[in-house]
Amino acid sequence: MGALAHAIVEPWSHGFMQRAMAELVLVGIIGGVLGCWVIFYELSYSAESLAHALFPGLVVAALAGVPLLIGGAVGVLGAAILVATAGRTPEIGHDAAVAVVITGLFGLGVVLALSPASPPGLAGLLFGDLLGVTGSDIKLAATLATAAIIALVLCHRLLLAVGFDRSAARAFGARPLVADLALLTLLAAAILIGVQGLGNLLVLAVIIGPAATARLYASRMTPMMALAAAIAIAGGAAGLYLSYYADTAAGASVAIVLVATYVLALAARQAL
Amino acid sequence: MHDLRDRVIEKEALSDPEGPSRLVSVEGLAATYGGPLVLEGVTFDLRAGERIAVLGANGGGKSTLFRVLLGELTPQEGTVRISGRVGFVPQTERSRLDYPASALDVALMGTLSRIPWWRPLGRRERTFALDALARVGLRELANRRFGELSGGQRQRVLVARALVQDARILLLDEPFTGADQPSSERLELLLDQLAGEGCGILIATHDVDQARSWDKVVCLNRRQIAFGRPDEVLTRDVLERTYGGAIVTIGAADGQATAAILPPHHHHHD
Repeated sequence: MGALAHAIVEPWSHGFMQRAMAELVLVGIIGGVLGCWVIFYELSYSAESLAHALFPGLVVAALAGVPLLIGGAVGVLGAAILVATAGRTPEIGHDAAVAVVITGLFGLGVVLALSPASPPGLAGLLFGDLLGVTGSDIKLAATLATAAIIALVLCHRLLLAVGFDRSAARAFGARPLVADLALLTLLAAAILIGVQGLGNLLVLAVIIGPAATARLYASRMTPMMALAAAIAIAGGAAGLYLSYYADTAAGASVAIVLVATYVLALAARQAL
Repeated sequence: MHDLRDRVIEKEALSDPEGPSRLVSVEGLAATYGGPLVLEGVTFDLRAGERIAVLGANGGGKSTLFRVLLGELTPQEGTVRISGRVGFVPQTERSRLDYPASALDVALMGTLSRIPWWRPLGRRERTFALDALARVGLRELANRRFGELSGGQRQRVLVARALVQDARILLLDEPFTGADQPSSERLELLLDQLAGEGCGILIATHDVDQARSWDKVVCLNRRQIAFGRPDEVLTRDVLERTYGGAIVTIGAADGQATAAILPPHHHHHD
C-alpha cells in the first residue's frame, strides 16, 4: 500500500510534472468547455484546420523574429476570420471554404519552413513539449484561459440560441455571424493555449475528446461542459502517469488516454 | 356581385372609421430572391386582435411573405409598415431534438431580441420566461429537455419564446402540422387569448378547413389571389386559383376519397 501511494505521489515531486499538470488543467478547462460548442456547431473539422493554420503562422513569426505566440495568434485569427467570411459565401460553402483557406495558408507555411533560413526546432511545435512547459508559459496560458472563459460566459446565450436553430435565429434576435466569429476566435485562443504543451497536431484531442465523451452522459449544456472539463483534467493526469511510468511522449499519452476514454464511454453506454 | 361586396367593405369601414390599430400594413408587395418575382401584388392589413391565415400550397409564397415581415428579405416593390416587435414560431420538426437545451433555455432565447447578447440575464428575465411558459401551460416542464417534449409541447415552447420576445405580431409557420388533437386545441385557444389581448397573428397553412376558422385569409399563389373574411373569400374559384386549379381537398382530410380534381375554369359572372 505504501508503495502504491508512493507511486501515485512521487511523479508530482518533480517541477516539470507539476508545470505539465498545471498546463493540462488550463487546457482541459478551456478545451472541455469550448469542445461542447464545437461538437454542437459541427466544427470539429474546422477546429482541426485552425490548428494546422497555426503552423505557418509560427513559421512566419520565427522567421520575422516575433514571439511565436503572436505569430500563431495572427495566423490562427486570420484563418478564423477568412473561414468565417468565406464560409458564408453561398457559392463556396463552409466545407470548401475551410479547405481552400487552410490549404493556402498551410502551403505558405511549408514553403517558408523549408527555406534554408528557417530556424531549427519548429517541428517541436507540431507535437508540443508538455514536460518543457515553463512558469511563464503557464502564466500566459492562464491569462488567455481566463479571458476565454469570461468570453464564453458572455457568449453563452447567443451560442445556445444560434446552435439551436440557425435558420430562425435572426427572427428572434440572434445573429449567426456574431456567434460563428466568436466561436472560431475562442477556438483559436484555445488552440494557442494548448499548442505549447500538446502541439498543433494533438491539441484537438483535448477539445474534441472530452466533449464527445461528456455528450454521451449529459443532456444539458452546463453540466456537459463541467463533465467535459473534468474528463479532460482527469485524462491529462492519467496521460502524465502513463508517460512517467511507461516513458512515452507526454502529449501523445494524454491524447491517447482521452481518445481511449471516449471509446470506453461509448462502449459502456451502448452496453447499458 | 362585385359591387355589392365593395359596398359591404365600405360600410364596415364607415361604421368603424378608426378600427383597431394596424400592426402590419402591406401594400403592393413584390419579392424576389434575385431571379424572377416569387411573390407579387400582396396588399393586406393585420390589425390588433386579428388572426389571419396565410393560405397557399408549398412554394406559394407563404415563407417569402414571412421573411419579408421578419426583415430578412427586402421587398422588390411596395411598402411594408410594421408597428410592434415580430415574433416567429417556426415548424418544430426542424428543431434539433438532441440539443442540450431545456424548455426554459429555449424560452429565454427570446430575450436576445430585447437585451444585447453579451449582457448576462437577471432573475427578472428568468421569471418572465417562466411566466411565458406558464401562459402556454408548460410551467412544470420548464426544466425538461426540449427534445423530450411532444410535438405540440415543443410548438408551445416556441410560442413562449415569442412571448418572451414581447412580440405583438406573431408569425406561425404551419403550427398544427404534426400536433395531436388536444395539442392543436390548446394552441388554438392560446392564440385566441393572445389575439384577445391585442396581438396580431399570422398563421401560414395549406389547410383550407383550418383557414376557415380564422378572422381573415390571405390566399397566395406566387401572387395574392384574395384577402378577406373566410366566408367571403374561400370560394371555389379562389381556391382553384390558390392551388393552381389542381386538387382541393373537400370535407374531412382523408386522402383520395374526398379529394376532387377541379378543372381550371371560371364560373364567376360579374
